Amino acid sequence: MTTTEPTPEVVVDPNAINLTINGRPVAARKGELIIAAADRSGDYIPRFCYHPRMSSVGMCRQCLVEVEGPRGPMMVVSCMTPVAEGQVVRTETDQVKRAQEGIIELLLANHPLDCPVCDKGGECPLQDQAFSHGPGESRFIEEKRHYEKPIAISDLVLLDRERCILCDRCTRFADEVAGDALIHFTSRGNNTQVQTFPDEPFSSYFSGNTVQICPVGALTAQPYRFKARPWDLEKTESTCTTCSVGCRITLESSRDELLRYQGVDSDPVNHGWLCDKGRFNFESVKSDARLSNPLVRDGASLVETSWSSALSTAASIITSALRSGGATRVAVLGGARGTNEDAHAWAKLADALAIDSVDAQLGDGLPAAVLAYPQATIDDASRASTIILLSPDLKEELPILYLRLRDASEKKRSRILEFASKGSGLTRYAWKSVPHMPGNQAKVVASTLSESVVSAQLAKGSVVVVVGRSNLAESDEYTMAALDAVMAAHPSATVLPVLRRGNVRGALSAGLGRRDAVDILTDAANGEIDCLVLVGSDPIADFPDTDLARRALAAVPNIIAVDTFATASSTKATVLLPAAAFGEKDGSTTNLEGRVTRLARKVTVNGTSRPDWMVALELADILGHDLGVASVAEVHADLVSSNPVFGPATRAALSAHPDGVVLAPLATATSTPVAPPVAEKPGFGHRLVVGRKLYDNGRNVSESPSLAPLAPGSYLHMHSLDLERLGAADGASVKVSGDRTSIVMNVVADDSVQRGTVWAAWAQSGANIGELIDATKWVNDVRVETL
Amino acid sequence: MNTPNSTNTYPHAPGFVAGERPRIVTSRFEHADSYTLQRYLATDGYAGLRAALGRPANEVHDEVKSATVLGRGGAGFPAGTKWGLTPQGVFPRYLVVNGDESEPGTYKDRLLMERDPHQLIEGCLIACYAAGLSQCFLYIRGEMALAQERVATALNEAYAAGYVGKNILGSKFSLDIVLHWGAGAYVVGEETALIESLEGNRGMPRLKPPYFPAAIGLYGQPTIVNNVETLANLPWLMRNGAEAYTAIGTKTSPGTRMVAVSGHVKRPGVYEIINGVTTFRDLIFNEEYCGGIRNGNKLKAFVPGGGSAPWFTEDQLDVPFEGPQAGAAGSMLGSGAVMVMDETTDIPAAALTLTRFYAHESCGKCTPCREGGTWLERILSRIVDGKGTDADLAQLVEVGTSICPGDFPHASSKRLGLDAVPFPYKMNTICFVGPSAYAPINSALVLFPEEFAARVTKRTMIPVTAVGAAS
Amino acid sequence: MARLSEENVRLANEIIGRYPRARSAMIPLLHLAQEQDGHVTNEAMTHIGELVGATSAEVYGTASFYEMFKFEPVGKYLINICGTMSCALMGAEELMHHAEHRLGVKLGGTTDDGMFTLERAECQAACTEAPCLQVNYRYRFRVADADFDSLVDDLKAGRLNDEIPAHGTVARVRQHIPVDRGVGAVPPEDVTEAPTWMDGKAAL
Repeated sequence: MTTTEPTPEVVVDPNAINLTINGRPVAARKGELIIAAADRSGDYIPRFCYHPRMSSVGMCRQCLVEVEGPRGPMMVVSCMTPVAEGQVVRTETDQVKRAQEGIIELLLANHPLDCPVCDKGGECPLQDQAFSHGPGESRFIEEKRHYEKPIAISDLVLLDRERCILCDRCTRFADEVAGDALIHFTSRGNNTQVQTFPDEPFSSYFSGNTVQICPVGALTAQPYRFKARPWDLEKTESTCTTCSVGCRITLESSRDELLRYQGVDSDPVNHGWLCDKGRFNFESVKSDARLSNPLVRDGASLVETSWSSALSTAASIITSALRSGGATRVAVLGGARGTNEDAHAWAKLADALAIDSVDAQLGDGLPAAVLAYPQATIDDASRASTIILLSPDLKEELPILYLRLRDASEKKRSRILEFASKGSGLTRYAWKSVPHMPGNQAKVVASTLSESVVSAQLAKGSVVVVVGRSNLAESDEYTMAALDAVMAAHPSATVLPVLRRGNVRGALSAGLGRRDAVDILTDAANGEIDCLVLVGSDPIADFPDTDLARRALAAVPNIIAVDTFATASSTKATVLLPAAAFGEKDGSTTNLEGRVTRLARKVTVNGTSRPDWMVALELADILGHDLGVASVAEVHADLVSSNPVFGPATRAALSAHPDGVVLAPLATATSTPVAPPVAEKPGFGHRLVVGRKLYDNGRNVSESPSLAPLAPGSYLHMHSLDLERLGAADGASVKVSGDRTSIVMNVVADDSVQRGTVWAAWAQSGANIGELIDATKWVNDVRVETL
Repeated sequence: MNTPNSTNTYPHAPGFVAGERPRIVTSRFEHADSYTLQRYLATDGYAGLRAALGRPANEVHDEVKSATVLGRGGAGFPAGTKWGLTPQGVFPRYLVVNGDESEPGTYKDRLLMERDPHQLIEGCLIACYAAGLSQCFLYIRGEMALAQERVATALNEAYAAGYVGKNILGSKFSLDIVLHWGAGAYVVGEETALIESLEGNRGMPRLKPPYFPAAIGLYGQPTIVNNVETLANLPWLMRNGAEAYTAIGTKTSPGTRMVAVSGHVKRPGVYEIINGVTTFRDLIFNEEYCGGIRNGNKLKAFVPGGGSAPWFTEDQLDVPFEGPQAGAAGSMLGSGAVMVMDETTDIPAAALTLTRFYAHESCGKCTPCREGGTWLERILSRIVDGKGTDADLAQLVEVGTSICPGDFPHASSKRLGLDAVPFPYKMNTICFVGPSAYAPINSALVLFPEEFAARVTKRTMIPVTAVGAAS
Repeated sequence: MARLSEENVRLANEIIGRYPRARSAMIPLLHLAQEQDGHVTNEAMTHIGELVGATSAEVYGTASFYEMFKFEPVGKYLINICGTMSCALMGAEELMHHAEHRLGVKLGGTTDDGMFTLERAECQAACTEAPCLQVNYRYRFRVADADFDSLVDDLKAGRLNDEIPAHGTVARVRQHIPVDRGVGAVPPEDVTEAPTWMDGKAAL
């Protein structure tokens, strides 16, 4: 028997393109633009309008280069011209230089020479390129264009139209990336300008990005204006932990003061974009209200004391609680706002003390079992042929994830199938948005997925389920049941859990999710907890059932709080320890996909604040437990070696991969959700849905002067037809009653709310909707009456 | 039927001058009621459509191709070839009719729409049938109230009579023609800007290569943009055939074309001339046409093809209406618009009227046009006002070069011993509006340098001496 | 008046229905708004945005690109005198000076009685009939100073009311596609096949 040697196949990549730039061969991909290929080959082509994350418009003409054509060299704009096989590109000929100088001169013709007082001076592409690619002098002696000097186009952003070079970056961003086309070119020709519509400001959650991508100083951000010169700024790369998307950012400071965050282009995560909440809440880090020294209770007041005295008081509280009734008398809530190292240190302490009542969530998330499903990354979701949303309004809670999924829909890569009780930011981009009453989601999901048109869509390609807590007034079991309904109908689906707090996934993975906060607080309210440790958590403000949280904290004899601020909960403590904030500590964080990235310390801590991990270690030490670690690096090393989930996230791996290392799903924790249908409570009429708005009473908003005014306040949202039936005018005060109490709210007509439900935002100033939520109930029905 | 003699004019068709020449698109102009369906049907109306529908679509397309119907909007690209550029198998495809006539000097499409709207509608129907275009948008310039009314009325009549809409003439051919109207922006005459405008956007041109509208146009679909006059040729062509069509004019420029001659001539007017053979001398001096320069004055210069075109002088009078020949002579035929300047003309001031037009009409999208056009206008008006310096003359050329790199086309001049620089120019802009702001300046500067030299003051450099210079 | 009237909303929806994408109706709807109020109001732009699915800023962005849309009240008669080359060669500047003098306003201005707004216009496609002007987009050709004066007198006396409607109305005839005759607009994504007549056979 003879075997014939298989002919080695030469694999020709159909997408490979070879061209030369300035005489050197460059390998590129089909469809790539010349300017992008030149960036890779190190042949920088000057540009203003081109931005790699937006469509090319070819407006500024700065990127003109020479391409060899059939009739000699041709000038083409490199941001609009794709590479071609055998293409010969020259970026530095006399012709090109002449053209580039000409464009710079034209751009400078109407640009004011106010660089010395311009925020952008020193990091200004126009200034830089005028030096590197400009003619060296201006011959424009005419009167320049004049406009009213900076006009506020939103609460955060100012626009100086005299400086604007009309590159279309901000307007393109607003339309194409953010979907908020609230700024636009107006007029024509030499009078073209960027404007908002009268009385409709550029109130986009993403407005700060326009400031970052503006190639001149036309757009400036209120929180940074005139604060520093770029050459005085020191920068460190880190990850934003405002929410769990984990956008990469630079922390920028001068004289040990945080002055600015800028987005970093992380391909798997944020593409350079940030939401305004994440971008501007650096103000809260330097708030005067930050705690700077430990406090210990003396009667009705908290008095400053030393760390050693405060820690020994805390240790003795824990010791006496353990002695009186054992480990069940001690509970720990929190950890989702810290680093992985903070969480690990506290988990080790809980282990050492055998404490089981530990939860990083506050009854506002989902069971940790959600982390045990076959998981999807953000990239997986944004490439899926179908994205199923069982999530809260991502635009409000996880804004950059919203941008990524919106992009997937807008670019026709994905179809979005949404199941929600109230219309969300993604509803207008959804292929289908199927409403459901609270308590009914799983049933609606199952019947929708059995429709032939839907199952045909699912069969087209990959399916990613985005799952999170969409209604704080409804048991999380319903969401888990809905997730199981999807998995039953389409077993190959993968899951992107969208628990929202900055490092909730890290905290749960590190072992801070042992018992549900609802059960812990119920025990506390029943007098079964002697010592409650709050690690950066504020149950009175954040636990959905305000009454239970209040009763629980009142019933616990001793509370130990580690916090950056004096909060409704932490001020009830016996010992209140000041914690280091974001930007003040090193470590790592885990985003909602399970992506671990490094966090950096940029400024010294406020006062004598200490990072959470250090507090845990010191308490352990006093309590006689050697945790075997003494620095953040050691805590990290111990986490990686002792917790298999974190195994891949070694220090070396994190250094090598700034975009992070993605953890595997949790192996443990399965749930069998019980999700009974609940009939409407007679005489109550409306089922309550409670969600979030981006700007709320949380400290990183309320302690940031630029952001605090943006929180909308507390309103009851009701469908206009229900409002009509109620006989109340839009904006009228109404009485809203639950089982336990009534509150008075102003009602607004909102047709994104389903009939038969009412919606309210969590944590807004004014009436607290948490007063009407009973966390032990499956759903919460309310009665709305006119006053 | 009355035979028009060489000087026949009609009060109902202001500007139009009939002649003893074959008339393809203006044949009904002598009738005061030429815009009515009744008159149209009485004068062979919709017979071309009937002839077309009696043949398979591809045959109709071939007939148009073999007739080489050159586009009459400015670029002169053959319509049949343009239709063939749509990608195979991609549907729907659209027809957008460019009735946004606004190139300085151009006056023909408005007449065709006002005087013979059914002819245009029939042309649209034939084009859509031949090229498989499933909806037609007839974009009329916003300021043309009467044209809009006439076309709207004609469309309403045509729908009612079964010439437009479902199952046209009882056939399987169905087509909607939607009347659309603009709101005042010259640049919208550029076909990609026209599409943007029709999509409800600012009329800013899209960068063309590699995406021509025939491939990616309205709503991202293959789209044919044809000029009004181009389409108005089709009914005649379908009735008489390509052979009869190509028997008129020359092989490369067959048929007739409408040309408006304005400015300092004895009889300014709109003429349907024989393509390819009629020369500028015929047009300006022949009694059959304009009859010479007013008041017996001498010709100084003329713009041969709309405001964007480089200028000609008496040296180019014998150039015929033939694209390549006009191009070799340093200009273009453009949209069929000749503007004549006699010896009394203030050349810098005349150039300014055009530069100001293009600066004003710049869409503002690309830098060289937005900034450069206005800059040129300001320098030139300073010169015209007698406040310019010789440095301003150099600066005009510098700014022009930032808009159009390399040598800008111009005509030859025996007087100055200059050779022609042939058309076209290179450009750093997206569309031709920016270069058009410079074109009149370049022509004026190159052909009449003495008028500028006389206008500007010499700027002498005052030597700077350092205070307390070292001895 | 501000938002579009009920009748105009009906017309607007009829116009929108002719396009595969609603946004294409933007300019026709802006004309409708200008016809209603004499100029385009902010409220009308917001309303149009709602009708075609665009933000108010996008509507204003489009509207402000085009010369014909006015965002402040103008005179009942908008007189546009062409100043581009052919008209300039034939005395347009002189005509403009005369018009300014006759009306007592500068170019761009409106007479105190609100009757006339005078503007310099660019080429109006009547170059052989220079100098020309438009009154609310109705032409006057080869206008001598005396012609201008009598035009103003006629307009003031209402003698041209039948020919020239007040500013805002351009065409007085609207296209109407009968329901039983129209093919109907289809979004492009819903069309994938060649038109029925592209079958290689004659349609008739």
